[in-house]
Amino acid sequence: MTWRPWGGPGLLGGERSIRKEEERRRGIFTRRAAVLGTIQLGAFAFLGSRLYRLQVEEGARYATLAEENRVSARLFAPPRGRVLDRNGKVVAGNRLNWRALLVAEQTADLGATLETFSKIVPLGDHEKTRIEREVRRNRRFVPVILREFLTWEEMARIEVNAPDLPGISVDMGTTRIYPETEHLAHVVGYVAAPAEADAGDDPLMQLPGIRVGRAGVERHHDRILRGRAGAVQVEVNAVGRVIRELDRREGIPGQDVQISVDTELQKAVRAKIDEGTTAVLLDARNGEVLAMATKPSFDPNIFNSGVSAAQWRQWTAARTTPLINKATNGLYAPGSTFKMIVALAALEARVARPGDIVSCPGHLDFGNNRFHCHNRNGHGGMNMRTAIMASCDVYFYEMARRVGIDRIAAMGNRFGMGVDLEIELPGARRGLMPTRGWRQAQGRPWSIGDTIVHGIGQGFYQLTPLSLAVMTARLATGRAVQPHLTRAIGGRPVRGSRPEDWPSLGIPDADMRLIREAMWAVVNGGGTAGASRLPSQYGQMAGKTGTTQVRRVTREQRERGFNVSQVPREWRPHALFVAYAPHDNPLFALSVIVEHGSSGSGAAAPLARDILVEAFQRLGPARPGQRVAEAGR
Amino acid sequence: MIFERRLLTRDRGAGILEKLWQIPWTFVVLLCGVAAVGYVALLSAGSGNPDAYAQKHAIRFGFGLVVMLGIALVDIKLIARFAWVGYLGAVALLVLVLLHGNIGKGAQRWIDIGPIQLQPSELMKIMLVLALAAWFHRASWERIGNPLFLIPPAIAVLVPVGLILKQPNLGTALITCMVGAAVFWAAGMRWWKFAIGIAAGAIAAPIAYERLHDYQRARITTFLDPESDPLGAGYNIIQSKIALGSGGMWGKGFLQGTQGHLNFLPEKQTDFIFTMIAEEFGLVGALTTLTMLMLVVAFCYLVAFRSRHQFGRLLAIGLGTNYFLYVFVNVAMVTGSIPVGGVPLPLISHGGSAMLTVMLGFGLLLSAYVHRDAEMGPMRE
Repeated sequence: MTWRPWGGPGLLGGERSIRKEEERRRGIFTRRAAVLGTIQLGAFAFLGSRLYRLQVEEGARYATLAEENRVSARLFAPPRGRVLDRNGKVVAGNRLNWRALLVAEQTADLGATLETFSKIVPLGDHEKTRIEREVRRNRRFVPVILREFLTWEEMARIEVNAPDLPGISVDMGTTRIYPETEHLAHVVGYVAAPAEADAGDDPLMQLPGIRVGRAGVERHHDRILRGRAGAVQVEVNAVGRVIRELDRREGIPGQDVQISVDTELQKAVRAKIDEGTTAVLLDARNGEVLAMATKPSFDPNIFNSGVSAAQWRQWTAARTTPLINKATNGLYAPGSTFKMIVALAALEARVARPGDIVSCPGHLDFGNNRFHCHNRNGHGGMNMRTAIMASCDVYFYEMARRVGIDRIAAMGNRFGMGVDLEIELPGARRGLMPTRGWRQAQGRPWSIGDTIVHGIGQGFYQLTPLSLAVMTARLATGRAVQPHLTRAIGGRPVRGSRPEDWPSLGIPDADMRLIREAMWAVVNGGGTAGASRLPSQYGQMAGKTGTTQVRRVTREQRERGFNVSQVPREWRPHALFVAYAPHDNPLFALSVIVEHGSSGSGAAAPLARDILVEAFQRLGPARPGQRVAEAGR
Repeated sequence: MIFERRLLTRDRGAGILEKLWQIPWTFVVLLCGVAAVGYVALLSAGSGNPDAYAQKHAIRFGFGLVVMLGIALVDIKLIARFAWVGYLGAVALLVLVLLHGNIGKGAQRWIDIGPIQLQPSELMKIMLVLALAAWFHRASWERIGNPLFLIPPAIAVLVPVGLILKQPNLGTALITCMVGAAVFWAAGMRWWKFAIGIAAGAIAAPIAYERLHDYQRARITTFLDPESDPLGAGYNIIQSKIALGSGGMWGKGFLQGTQGHLNFLPEKQTDFIFTMIAEEFGLVGALTTLTMLMLVVAFCYLVAFRSRHQFGRLLAIGLGTNYFLYVFVNVAMVTGSIPVGGVPLPLISHGGSAMLTVMLGFGLLLSAYVHRDAEMGPMRE
C-alpha cells in the first residue's frame, strides 16, 4: 500500500476536489478493508486448522478419552498457613490426617458402594446421612469424605478391597490443631466447615474437609491463611484409577501469620485469674496485644471435627459464656477508671484549672437528688490531682456538671472508647459512650443528673476491657495507639509496631503530665492502690482503681452500713484496675476486670501488679532506645 | 456477485416494494440457515426436546427477522442522522445498568425490560459503530490527519469501554475496543498513529491494573487465566476439547454425543454450543457451520465494497468485525485456543438478548445495502 502523508486534496476545493477526495477515500477504505478482511479470513483458517487438529489428528486420542475414560478434576488443598505467637511458637498448626474419599461420578451404584465400604469401615447412620447430603450438594466429581483419621489397618483393608470400591480412594489431608487448647482460643479463634454463604467463588470451598476460620485471627486472616487451591486434571478409568495426569497446577500455600501474644505470658496470666475475670495487656508503645485472657474458655480443637449438640448446649447455656471473648465483647461500666477522661475533658474545655478546689462533704446535692461519694465522711478540699488519687466522687460529679456529657464522650472517643478499634478479632464490640443525642434518639431526655452520674463512670457506659486497656496505653503515651495482634504475615513484618506509626492525640503536655502524676500517686503517693506497688526493680506503676455497682445500693443498706461481704457474690460490685508501667517510660498498659470482685483496690489492683511482674520477667526490661518519643506528648 | 441486484435508482422515494426487492434475500436465507443449525444444536442440547431451548430459539429468531427487515427499509440517511442519539441512548442504558442492573455471576450486566433481559453492552457495540461511521463519514484525508478531529470519536469509544469495565466485563470491553479500532482503521487513520494508540494502550494496561482493588484484579486474573478456577472454566475447557475432539471427522450423529449429554459441559446450550455441534456432526459439521458464519461476515464486506458512501462502508465493516469477533472468540475459546469465556455464538447459542442485538445490527447492514447508492450529501471540508 502506498501512503501519502504529505498529500491532501489541494486548495482548489469545490465539487471536483470533493469528488476526487471521495474517490481517494474509497481507495484507502478498500485497501484497509482488504487488510482487515485478510486478517479475519486468516483467523477463520486458523479456527479450521485447529478443528482439524483436534478432531482428526488428535481425534482418536480424544475419542478414547471420551468413550472409555473420564477426566477427573481434582483439587488439592494447600496447607493452611500457621499462626505463630510472638516467639515463633506454633499456636495453630496442621496435623496429617488419612481419609477415605468418594467421587460420586465414578461409581455406578452409590448405595451399593457405600454398603460395601461400611462392611470394611463401619459407618453410622448419621454418617451415611451426611455423606448422602454432601453427594447431593456437591458437583459429581468433587470428592466427599467418608471417614477421617483412618488407622493403618483401615487403610490397608480399603486398599485390598479397592476393586469392589469404585470411586473410593484414600488420601492424605491435614487437620487444624491448636496445641495451646483453651489458653489462646479467644484470640486465635478456630476453624470449622464453611457455611453455604462462605462458598463464594473460591474453588477451595468445594474441597472435602475444607475448614475456614470462624473466629479470631483464624477468621480475620482467613484469606491469607487459606492460600489457593492446586488442581490436577487426571484421566481415570471406570473404577476411578488414575491412568495419567493431563494437567497440573500447583496451589499456593497459605501464609503464616505471626501474632503479638506471648503464649507463656498468656498462660501465666490465665493461671492467675479466676472465672469471670478478664485481663488485657498491651505493649503501651505500639498497641500490640501481649496477653488477652478471660476465663472460662474452650478448646478450639473441638470445632474441627464438628461440635456435638450436647457440647454446644453446654457452652451456650453456661452463664459464664465460655465462647465469648470478654476482652472484646464483655461490656462494663468503667467506674472510677474513667475519671481521667472526665478530668481531661474539663481541662480541655477550660471549665477547671488543675488547682481549683472542690470541697467534698461526702455527697453532692443537686435538685432533689443526693449523689454520694464513696467516702461517706467526705474528702474535704480536693484538687484534680488529689481527686484522682483518692478517687473522690464529688469532685468528678462537679467536673461532669461543668463540662457536659457530650464533651466527655468526645474525649472518651479520642481515647478509644465507644469507637471501632479495628482489632483483628471479628465481632469485637465497640461499646457505648453515651451522649445527649444518643439518649434523645431513644426518645428520652438527658438530664443534668445523668451527666453527674456519668462523671464517675457509672450510668449507660458499656466498655470492653480492651478499650480500657487502649485508654490506658493512650494516657501513657499521648498517642492514638491502636490495639493489634498481627506482627508479621508470611514472615514480613506489618506496620504498626513502632510508636511513630501512631499519631499524637494532640492533648497539651501539661494536662497529660498532670493526669499521669495523679495516676502515679494512686499507687505510689498514698492513693487507693497503695498496697499494690511494683517490686522496686521493675520501676513504678501508675494506675487507677474502679468499683462499679451491679445493683443499686438502697438507702436502707447505706444507713445500716453497706458491707459487700454480706451480699451474694453476684450482687457484689465489679472490681476494675487500669495501669501502665514503668511510670517514667511506659512499656506495658493493662486493664483488669474482676467480675463481682467487690473492690478495685482489693481485687483488681493486686492482680494487675502480679501480671505486670510476669510481663517484666518475660518481656522487660525495656530494650535500650525504645523510649517513647517525646514528640506529641 | 451472488447478492447483486439491479441498481436502485438514485431518485428519492423508492417505494417499499422496490426496497423489499432490493433486500438481498440470499443473505436472509443464509441467516435462516445459521439459525436452523442453532435450532438443531439446541434440540440436541435439550436431548431432543424442543421445549427446552430450541422452540424459544426459533421464536426469537422469527421475531428478530421481522425487526431486521423492518430496519432494512428505514432510510440510511435517517439512520445516519440519528446515529448519535442511538449512541447516547446506549450510554444511558449502560449507566442505568451500573445503577440498577441485575447482579449475575459477580457482575452487573443486565437490565430487565419486561420479559427480556437486555445486556446494554451488546447494544452499545452496534450503536458505537453507527456513531463512529457517522463521524468519519464527514472525514476527508486531511481531517483524519488532524489529531483534534480524532479526539471526539476516541472519547466516544473510551466512555462506553470504561462503563463496561466497571460492570466489570473485561471481555466485552476489549471487543468493544477492537470494533472501534476497526472503524478507525478503515476510516483511514494514519497507521503510525494507530500503532501509537495500541502501544499507549499496552503501556496503560499494567498501570491501570496496579491501581485496581484486589478483588478487581482477581476478576481479571480469572478472566485471563481460567485455569485459576480449576473446577470451573479450566475444567470446562478440557471437557470441551474432549467432546469436540471425540467427534472426529463425521461426528457421533444427532443426539448421539456422549460428552455433552453426560453433562460434562455445564453450559452446553450457550457458550459451548459449538462443542455440541462438533461432537455430533464432526469436523464436517463444524466446518460447515464455520463456513456459514464466515459467509455472514463476508456479506458485511460485500456491503462495504458496494456502498457508494463512506457511512455505509464503515457501518458494514464495523458490524462485520463485531460479528467476526463473536464467532472467533467463541470458537477459539471452546477449542482451547484462547483463554477467555462468556461469549455466545450469535444466532446459534441460546439467549434472547444477543439474538436481538445481532439481528438489529443485520437490519442496519441491510439498510446500508438497500440504500447503497443513496446520496449521503457532500463531504464537508
